[in-house]
Amino acid sequence: MDKAVEIEDLSFFYPDGRKALTDISLVVYRDENLAVIGPNGAGKSTLLLHLNGIHRGNSTIKIFGLPVEERNLKEIRRKVGLVFQDPEDQLFSPTVFDDVAFGPINMGYSEVEVKRRVAQALEWVGMSGYEQRSPHHLSVGEKKRVAIATVLALNPELLVLDEPTSNLDPRSKWSLIELLRQLPVTKIVASHDLELVKALCQRTIILDEGEIVAEGNTMSILNNIPLLRAHGLAP
Amino acid sequence: MKHSFLDQYSDRDSPIHRLDPRTKLVASLAFILIVVLIPIVNWQAFVIYLSLIVALLIISKLPPLYVLKRSLVIFPFVLMIAIFIPFFKSGEIAGSYNIWLWRVSISYDGLLILANVVSKAWLCILSLILLSSTTKFTELLKGLKRLGMPRMIVLILSFMYRYIFVLVDEVMRMRQARDSRNFGGARLRQLKTIGNMIGTLFIRSYERGERIYAAMLARGFDGEVRSLQRLNFKKADACFGIAFGLALASPAILLLF
Repeated sequence: MDKAVEIEDLSFFYPDGRKALTDISLVVYRDENLAVIGPNGAGKSTLLLHLNGIHRGNSTIKIFGLPVEERNLKEIRRKVGLVFQDPEDQLFSPTVFDDVAFGPINMGYSEVEVKRRVAQALEWVGMSGYEQRSPHHLSVGEKKRVAIATVLALNPELLVLDEPTSNLDPRSKWSLIELLRQLPVTKIVASHDLELVKALCQRTIILDEGEIVAEGNTMSILNNIPLLRAHGLAP
Repeated sequence: MKHSFLDQYSDRDSPIHRLDPRTKLVASLAFILIVVLIPIVNWQAFVIYLSLIVALLIISKLPPLYVLKRSLVIFPFVLMIAIFIPFFKSGEIAGSYNIWLWRVSISYDGLLILANVVSKAWLCILSLILLSSTTKFTELLKGLKRLGMPRMIVLILSFMYRYIFVLVDEVMRMRQARDSRNFGGARLRQLKTIGNMIGTLFIRSYERGERIYAAMLARGFDGEVRSLQRLNFKKADACFGIAFGLALASPAILLLF
């Protein structure tokens, strides 16, 4: 099978010297949905930030066979759509249109192409007609959808989501999960929302204190209550 | 939390709303410059300018009470600076009073300067209210950029517009948390708490800035600010520009006769 992500022995230190990730090795295949679960502060977000080269550790990561290096960054950032946990950070433009258009404009697409992509991305997430609205007047659920649209506008081949369901009420959460299930791309989801993981991902890894402590089929991991309890994921 | 808009009423429709933001920016700037430069003794000019701005406010269909209320905001600042001028300016005395040990006198020249400052400030703020209530902030930013304002400043303004309410929310949440824990006690302790809150707010903003920058990088930002340009001058802009210019010049023409 085609490898979407290939990580070998990745370690990363925070600027203050604390160790964030230790010897992470991971392969994600194309069209797979992988869940990264773990307690607060396990290093989930830090790991995700390596996938498009915002953090760079000691080892080489390959995205669709392309090593994450300075000269490949633009191509990798087009292929990897990273959705941040707080949509307030992801949506930084004065209008929804400007925000969704930000990526395509940076990629140097023509005006017609940019408009087409923005319209398409907003339609995918069910937010057509919100183009001229200001992000701070949207509800949290709407902000999450627009945040996903901002990366979909780049037609990513790998969608990386950090806690996509945090702060959502059950209805918004399930409609977001439904939306994610319908997107035909490889997905990596970091979360401690086990309902989301069960509904979306076939394979799961558990990250605790910067190390992969378990890996396997989602159902077998979620049914292993002692394992979940040991890593703060079950009461 | 819901907040009002910085650019309230800018989404309405009127001939003024439809003008190109650049036309309005240049017109406002010219208006302010001329109002500030004309000496107060030509009071006829100020009557003309006031009627000009009132006419434009009527055309733009802004609620008069809203405009009046907003324009009053400027007075505390102006008065703080200008209120003492009548007492210190020497000249013909309008009146003098004995207050305990001091003898206070007010001069005509000083009063004239006070009237000058207050009326000019009011006219300027009216024109700015007209500008900001008939132009969406995003359009204003585009206009500024097209008029050659440095990109970095436009970018800073746009982040300000986007995040000012996020910060206000953060302050309100912090205040609620503080008050829920029985804020009070000695003055000094209160001050210390407020100091800590300001520090926390700064650190949070700084960290948010880092996260936003990461989000920008993730979507291919490379330091270059790009945008689609969607502004165009229309015939109405030319007509408005000419008419407004003539109105600004009219006092000078009247003085010739």
